[in-house]
Amino acid sequence: MSRTDASPGPGPDNREAPAPPPPPAWRRRLGEALESDLAYAFCRSPVAIISSLVVGLIVFAAVFAPLIAPHDPFDPASLNLMDGFSRPMTPNEFTGNLYWLGADDQGRDVFSAILYGSRISLFVGFAAVLLSAAMGVGLGLVAGYRGGWLDAVIMRIADVQLSFPSILIALLIYGVARGFIPPTEREAAAVWVLILAIGLSEWVQYARAVRGVVLVEKEKEYVQAARLIGVAPWRIMATHILPNAFGPILVIATIGLALAIIAEATLSFLGVGVSPTQPSLGTLIRIGQGFLFSGEWWILLFPALTLLALALAINLLGDWLRDAINPKLR
Amino acid sequence: MLAYVLRRVLQSVAVLLAVGLVAFTMFRYVGDPVENMLGQEATQADRAELLERLGLNDPIHVQYARFIRNAAVGEFGVSYRQGRPVTQVIAERLPATLELAFVSGILAFVGGVSLGVYTALKRNGVLSNAIMITSLIGVSLPTFLIGIVLIWVFAVELRWLPSYGRGDVVDLGWWDTGFLTLSGLKSLILPAITLGLYQLTLIMRLVRAEMLEVLRTDYIKFAEARGIPDRSLYFRHALKNTMVPVITITGLQLGSIIAFAIITETVFQWPGVGLLFIDAIQFVDVPVMAAYLLLISLVFVTINLIVDILYYVVDPRIRDARPGAR
Repeated sequence: MSRTDASPGPGPDNREAPAPPPPPAWRRRLGEALESDLAYAFCRSPVAIISSLVVGLIVFAAVFAPLIAPHDPFDPASLNLMDGFSRPMTPNEFTGNLYWLGADDQGRDVFSAILYGSRISLFVGFAAVLLSAAMGVGLGLVAGYRGGWLDAVIMRIADVQLSFPSILIALLIYGVARGFIPPTEREAAAVWVLILAIGLSEWVQYARAVRGVVLVEKEKEYVQAARLIGVAPWRIMATHILPNAFGPILVIATIGLALAIIAEATLSFLGVGVSPTQPSLGTLIRIGQGFLFSGEWWILLFPALTLLALALAINLLGDWLRDAINPKLR
Repeated sequence: MLAYVLRRVLQSVAVLLAVGLVAFTMFRYVGDPVENMLGQEATQADRAELLERLGLNDPIHVQYARFIRNAAVGEFGVSYRQGRPVTQVIAERLPATLELAFVSGILAFVGGVSLGVYTALKRNGVLSNAIMITSLIGVSLPTFLIGIVLIWVFAVELRWLPSYGRGDVVDLGWWDTGFLTLSGLKSLILPAITLGLYQLTLIMRLVRAEMLEVLRTDYIKFAEARGIPDRSLYFRHALKNTMVPVITITGLQLGSIIAFAIITETVFQWPGVGLLFIDAIQFVDVPVMAAYLLLISLVFVTINLIVDILYYVVDPRIRDARPGAR
């Protein structure tokens, strides 16, 4: 083990540890990460920096929504109907209250609703990506490593699923799941059904990428050596082969996050997503659409812009990541 | 050739049977069909009688076989919500969706190819760059937002075009068309743009990439050196060679257009099968869901099959290279 002088600068951790303190694993990893090619490429790409700033800002605002939001949009007691249809940046003519981005028909602050809405959108997005990544990676590993009929079955299903648009699959899974849930509990289960539907509709990309990597790697000597000394198959898959697929998985997951967020918004907009009492960005847009004809454009515009900024930034980040990880694809 | 076609046809049938199994499982296990049809005051004897009459006591594979046989002749039972045969309900709605898909498909192809050629030829032009950047935003913009923006601009602010519905339709007996009236045509514009825009950007980017590649090849340079006029060079020599992948992708996208029509139809309250499907999901109207699923799969599988066979016919290189791939 090397001594501490390799770690980047002194910190509070160094003083607390007994002498001579080995650098904590995370700190060593961080040091390595900061010196990697990826970090270098990141610092030289204005698109990547701006995109990640936008994403970071929205994620931060969503996570700390209860602290940042000036109003609680879900507390009916705090709503004042007199504040309804307050215009953005102009004090309400009856109450004098100022709403930065205006208020909707019930006097709900649009800015706060967006913060809470992005929270649900991001939660569904991340959870769906996790689900599809776990499923896709698992099936891809098994298909590639075991081969044979299992491989054939899994990849055939993947082919069939890939030839249908994922939004259609998500709608279908949603419909079936709803059929199994008693009507009284549908409202509460809506978010989980949504995650399940979007997650199950996006696993194919992961499975294909991982399977490709496995097929290449499993013939290599280090895998054969591991097999020879009796390492369990699941262990070979997880600790020896899987790290090689990390790059493609990361790229797919990033673009998948944008897809999942858009899918969530689309489903909610179609009215099959989360309930109006817990609005996500898509639900807010659905609500806002109703006020377009009467001229209250802000109820629609600001949630839509937030969704667009989020999706565009994540997409750009994913594109950049793909180029940065694999220069051959440029 | 024949063996290849036969294998692909068999594969397609297998896919359809598998989708049929999914639809059958939904049909049989989602909700309780007997409950749905009898209502709350039914006695135990009524239940038993209906179970027997519907054949729900038969072994499961017999039921599946019957479901497939019925599906093959378009018999899906009665819609729980509307109380009418599913086939009839869908047949009423189909013309609206097909007309919409047809117009947006044409729009996407013509618009995509011309913009793609333009941006490839004027590579560093200001307008080209503007088009490319717009297309990037267009890809990130969810379909429903495009529709809402169009409604906002052209229906609410400018009041040029209607914002929902099909306008006046002319009933041709088995097909009601919006092509023959002014209001029908006007109603078609915004939904068609909404539905076609994503495919348009896709085709445009593809044509641009292919054109740039072809323009770099030797035979184009030689043709240029021989003094062939630009027009003929670009359109007769270059564009022709980009068409194989473009037609393939367009064909495959045709299915997506019909599927994405669900979203567009909801935004514009367009009375097509997509809107019907969304309603069916909300009310757990399983027969309609199952029928729609099988209908869409049939469309997809047929398109995939045709594209694959065309590919095989057009491009000799594929014949040995990709026997099993999509």
